Amino acid sequence: MASDTVIRVVDVSKRFVIRKDNSLKERLVNPGRSRRHREEFWALDHVSIDVQAGHTLGLIGHNGSGKSTLLKLIGGILTPTTGYVERRGRLAALLELGAGFHPDLTGRENVYLNASILGLTRKQTDKYFDSIVDFAAIDPFIDTQVKFYSSGMYIRLAFAVAVHVDPEVLLVDEVLAVGDEPFQRKCLDKIKQFQHDGRTIVLVTHSLEQVRQMCDRVVLLEAGKVVIDGEPSDAVRHFREANSELDHVEQASNRHDLIIERVRVTDGSGVPKSILDSGCALSISYDVVAELPVDDWAAGVAITDGSGMLMYGTNTVLQRVDLEPIHGTRTVRFDFDEFPLSEGQYFVTVAVHPYAGVDYHRIERAASFQLRSGSTDPGVVHLTPKIDIS
Amino acid sequence: MPAVENLTQTHPGLAGFDEADHALRRVNAPQRFWTGFGTTARDVWRYRELLGNLARKELKVKYKDSVLGFVWSLLLPLVQLGVYWLVMGRFLGAGRTVPSYGVFIFCGLAVWTLFSEILSTSTTSIVYNAGLIKKVYFPRELFPLAATGAALVNFLFQLVILVIATTVAGVGTGHWPDPAMIAMPVLAMVVIVLFGTAAGLLLASANVYLRDTQHLIGIVIMLWFWLTPIIYYVGRVRDVLPRWLYDLYLLNPMATVVFAFQKFFWPQGKGTPYEFTGDVYFRLVMLIAVSSALLWFAQRVFARSQGNFAQEL
Repeated sequence: MASDTVIRVVDVSKRFVIRKDNSLKERLVNPGRSRRHREEFWALDHVSIDVQAGHTLGLIGHNGSGKSTLLKLIGGILTPTTGYVERRGRLAALLELGAGFHPDLTGRENVYLNASILGLTRKQTDKYFDSIVDFAAIDPFIDTQVKFYSSGMYIRLAFAVAVHVDPEVLLVDEVLAVGDEPFQRKCLDKIKQFQHDGRTIVLVTHSLEQVRQMCDRVVLLEAGKVVIDGEPSDAVRHFREANSELDHVEQASNRHDLIIERVRVTDGSGVPKSILDSGCALSISYDVVAELPVDDWAAGVAITDGSGMLMYGTNTVLQRVDLEPIHGTRTVRFDFDEFPLSEGQYFVTVAVHPYAGVDYHRIERAASFQLRSGSTDPGVVHLTPKIDIS
Repeated sequence: MPAVENLTQTHPGLAGFDEADHALRRVNAPQRFWTGFGTTARDVWRYRELLGNLARKELKVKYKDSVLGFVWSLLLPLVQLGVYWLVMGRFLGAGRTVPSYGVFIFCGLAVWTLFSEILSTSTTSIVYNAGLIKKVYFPRELFPLAATGAALVNFLFQLVILVIATTVAGVGTGHWPDPAMIAMPVLAMVVIVLFGTAAGLLLASANVYLRDTQHLIGIVIMLWFWLTPIIYYVGRVRDVLPRWLYDLYLLNPMATVVFAFQKFFWPQGKGTPYEFTGDVYFRLVMLIAVSSALLWFAQRVFARSQGNFAQEL
């Protein structure tokens, strides 16, 4: 419904000109060269997006894909080269926490200044002042100059001001990636409360998990163009597929006693697959080649997600499997009867090593596979609970 | 944790925002060239509280952690006054002919300090606040305006000194300011604010694209100082310059501003050959008209260029 539209981006393009000289002399002395030194590129290319009230829109894409530029255009900080942006309601942009903080002013002075930058009147700030200080938990330091704050205190105070601005539209750019874990939880709780209150949020983030959890719609940008605009799981899957090219990192080792070859992922019946269902059977196998006999060896495997976080890892030592001395080629296979990880892209790291000491051979991200679950439940584990209400 | 109702209730203030809440509005809508000034003026008025806070920040930051603080902004013109009084007044002998020479030069020095401060701080206001401009949106005009506001606060202190000087000279000579002339310095202030803000807007946006502006302006201010009858009296200029060049010389708006301050705060000069004899009121009114037009024009230029500030900084 058009009447519910809060942000409308209509056919917006943004061109940046990169100039390498910026003084009068340089321009006068070398007018021709100056022309040649101009470089243009389109940060956004005919982007159109409508955002309805109460929705949370996630913007994802690689660095330089135009996410932040789009956010700045919506916020009115940049003007589009062509096209236009329409917006309704009060807006707060958390493009950078504490952007308005001046290091020489005290915490109290900065709260008032920053609050008025974000659109609060003095009276409103007076009213919220205690709860701002309370939220930031920096009561003893409020009259200290901000330059003496620890970075954590600085961020807490900035965020505390920002969440009291009470906007109808909130633009968030990566600011949630700072601070310690309790603070991040606090931020996420606050954002969830904003969602609950029916506010509109546009979020730029690199954390695909966050996107899946928080957004009800995701726009995937690539080189300034909208590639996908739709369900978070679709966009996230598409983004992961685009990222799935393997960048094997082989551990340089001068011990070439054992070599790993042919890493493969198969389903339960041994058919090689790159896309499997969450919770189904899965096998990972690889060949180990020993040109000379080796007595002391063990084989391991690890599964990581796209961000490199370890999901699971094991080896023959941990599993208390005794290995015969090896000479020639052996195949190591890890069979998982069920593999209950949630939907996403996963990578396989494999290694052979002695019982203790440096690896013989290790390949990071030797193979990859995707899991599909069809479930939108958040979390890293794929569980299928039955819900009973009695 | 703040009480939940703090976040869920809507704010009663920000009147200008609330009326717009129900309609989709163009962000950075291209303004019509002729009517855009009014739109921006309304915007600036809506943000007047932020304007005050920014000006306060300028002042606080300038003298933070210094023991003497605001005294510093008085010290420079006072030292200047002392030097000019000694060198020009005593060594070169101007003080022997011009009555109450100290008051005479301080009339000019006070307004000149205000004017040059407006120009130099406005010029760098956008560049120095790059961090804010790239992250938050509000009318960019606020930065040069806040610089002007901060300069005006500094001027108040100098005005106090000027009043004291006029009083001391009044006791000494028996010549007191004519209350009927009070409109002179008031109109002159209007000229400085209008003209200074207009020039400040132009210089601030120029400095974003060409950083040379901030260095150039230092030289221009120095030249302009000597082209303004602050430490010498205008009668000498009339005697030396050919007629047409003298008329051109008088087109300098700061000359008229200085005359206006001298007329009120330096009554000792009345009827002497050292005061300006032209029609100061007429000149002030003309300057207000011209400066208003210039301010309008400067704002339009500023508005045209401000869309690219965030990417140029």
